[in-house]
Amino acid sequence: MIYFLQTNINTTDASSYLPVALQVAFAVGLVIFLTVVTHLLGPKRKTSDKLQNFASGIESHGDARQPMAIKYFLTAILFVLFDVEVIFFYPYAVNFKGLGWDGFWAVLMFVGFFLCGFTYILKKGALKWED
Amino acid sequence: MNITQILFWFLSVVALFSALMVITNKNPVYSVLWLIVTFFAISGHYILLNAQFLAIVNIIVYAGAIMVLFLFVIMLMNLNKETEPQKNRWLRMAGAVAGGCLLLVLVAALKDTDIKQQQAMVNGGSIGLIKNLGKELFTTYVVPFEISSILFLSAMVGAVVIGKKE
Amino acid sequence: MTLLVIDWWLILEKALLIGGIIGLSFFIAMYTTLAERKVAAWLQDRRGPNRAGPFGIFQPLADGGKLFFKEEIIPLASNKFLFILGPALAMITALITSTVIPWAAPFITKGGNVIPMQVADVDMGILLVFSIVSVGVYGIMIGGWASNNKFSLMAAVRGASQMVSYELPMGLCLIAVLFMTGSLKMSEIVANQVQNGWHIIYQPLGFLIFFICALAECNRTPFDLPEAENELNFGYHQEYSSMKLGFYLFAEYINMFISSAVMVTLYFGGYDIPFVNEASWGLSSFWMSLISFSVLMAKISFFLFLFLWIRWTIPRFRYDQLMNLGWKKLIPLALVNMIITAAVLLLLNK
Repeated sequence: MIYFLQTNINTTDASSYLPVALQVAFAVGLVIFLTVVTHLLGPKRKTSDKLQNFASGIESHGDARQPMAIKYFLTAILFVLFDVEVIFFYPYAVNFKGLGWDGFWAVLMFVGFFLCGFTYILKKGALKWED
Repeated sequence: MNITQILFWFLSVVALFSALMVITNKNPVYSVLWLIVTFFAISGHYILLNAQFLAIVNIIVYAGAIMVLFLFVIMLMNLNKETEPQKNRWLRMAGAVAGGCLLLVLVAALKDTDIKQQQAMVNGGSIGLIKNLGKELFTTYVVPFEISSILFLSAMVGAVVIGKKE
Repeated sequence: MTLLVIDWWLILEKALLIGGIIGLSFFIAMYTTLAERKVAAWLQDRRGPNRAGPFGIFQPLADGGKLFFKEEIIPLASNKFLFILGPALAMITALITSTVIPWAAPFITKGGNVIPMQVADVDMGILLVFSIVSVGVYGIMIGGWASNNKFSLMAAVRGASQMVSYELPMGLCLIAVLFMTGSLKMSEIVANQVQNGWHIIYQPLGFLIFFICALAECNRTPFDLPEAENELNFGYHQEYSSMKLGFYLFAEYINMFISSAVMVTLYFGGYDIPFVNEASWGLSSFWMSLISFSVLMAKISFFLFLFLWIRWTIPRFRYDQLMNLGWKKLIPLALVNMIITAAVLLLLNK
């Protein structure tokens, strides 16, 4: 166990993201390569029936892109709000030990407001899926 | 030109080009995708300034959450080329005038600021790291932090009121 | 040469590491497909694939090779560019999530250079993984929408809603872990566990919620609603064929592999070997790296088996059950877990 602690390097400048960019380049290159290779290797015998959309054997009717239930939008909107709130906790978590109880009360108040909103959402049935 | 400058110019070109594609594309789905590219380019700029927390949060919140919402709305409302309502000429003129006014206000407001004298900290500086940001946020700016939670509360109420209209 | 500001040796070292990790991801993904079929057969008292090579160990090669030689079909009603972009995005995001995971103890050369077995040890660490995962939703959404098929679109919307919903409790669980480490860096998260014991001891509830969310994020049973065969045919990728279908399927298995690695790193000590003091063995740095890597892979294999075991044991949720579990149970539970962890840690500090 002790052995693993001897070797820690600390870098916090922007150059530490260079390998990430390299990995992105690798991944993009590989995906493009594979797509092109399969495009060249595969057979190409297209018929109009084959290029139809699949609808369990029956002919497809109309455009698939039709308006959807509002619940999905509501979920997405609430996700955006909650996500931003969760983001606020990260800087707190990193400074948790230094901030002590002062920080804890501040966050508790924040969470309190958050829970108020959350109970309001639940009471209003915004997250109710079965109706 | 060193590597930072090359990256800066590259990212600037990507950001401007994709931003132009957002407004010139006819298909709104493509517009959203180009907007995501813009956000990535801007995140790249943040990383060059060593504002790492901002860079990642920009991706999580803008590219990963808000754009998902946009895409939901656009995909499911089926705002295709065929269904797009024909805008009349006056509406376009009004849009151009309004946009021009905004540009004028922005230019006028930013012209006299003293930002241009200040040098950006490229590739160094540690104020953009999560540790230092958090320290500031939870000591100096703790009141705005609490007020933002009330803002979230009102946003939640607004979303539910609009979404659950009987 | 002004470009010499870059350390070319570093680039070479990282390129080798990245190549190795991407290769490993593919290898593990391929053999997880075989393991899936073998485990399914075992649980259902069958034999499973056993014709290609001894015990069927060449089966994944045959399956993968087949994907190269299939006809590409792009339906006429679909949006051609987005149809190709969807699976490509799913694959790319799956391949870059591995970037901050520490795979083994750092390797020290004879000259005293330390080579970390981690592509990038950035300050944002685990949050970088989360940002890539949050972008991964687009692969499903774009693919499902571009197909212009009712089933695909329905599945894509369901899948996207599910994935974004389960990101929230996941993030909240992570914060409880960060209280103890005080850093987002993966290397420090592992170092903290080496010193103070694995986080699973302190965060059993947090881990359970995290694991459930990981199942949902990977679209695995019991949360595989986006590909619920009996209501949506084949889900968001039903119009796909050839390598583009392969991308979606491989991305799912690579995501399983990486999420196992993330869980091991966050809660099970990463490459740490429990109960022993390796420093007293007097082994060379090379062996240390190799042993710690094997330990990490053993832990990951256990989680992969858990994923498969759950798939062939538990039936699928209904969609309203899935959403209720995520929003009404896991989010409040994770929030309470976070607050209690903070309070207890502060009380103990006094």
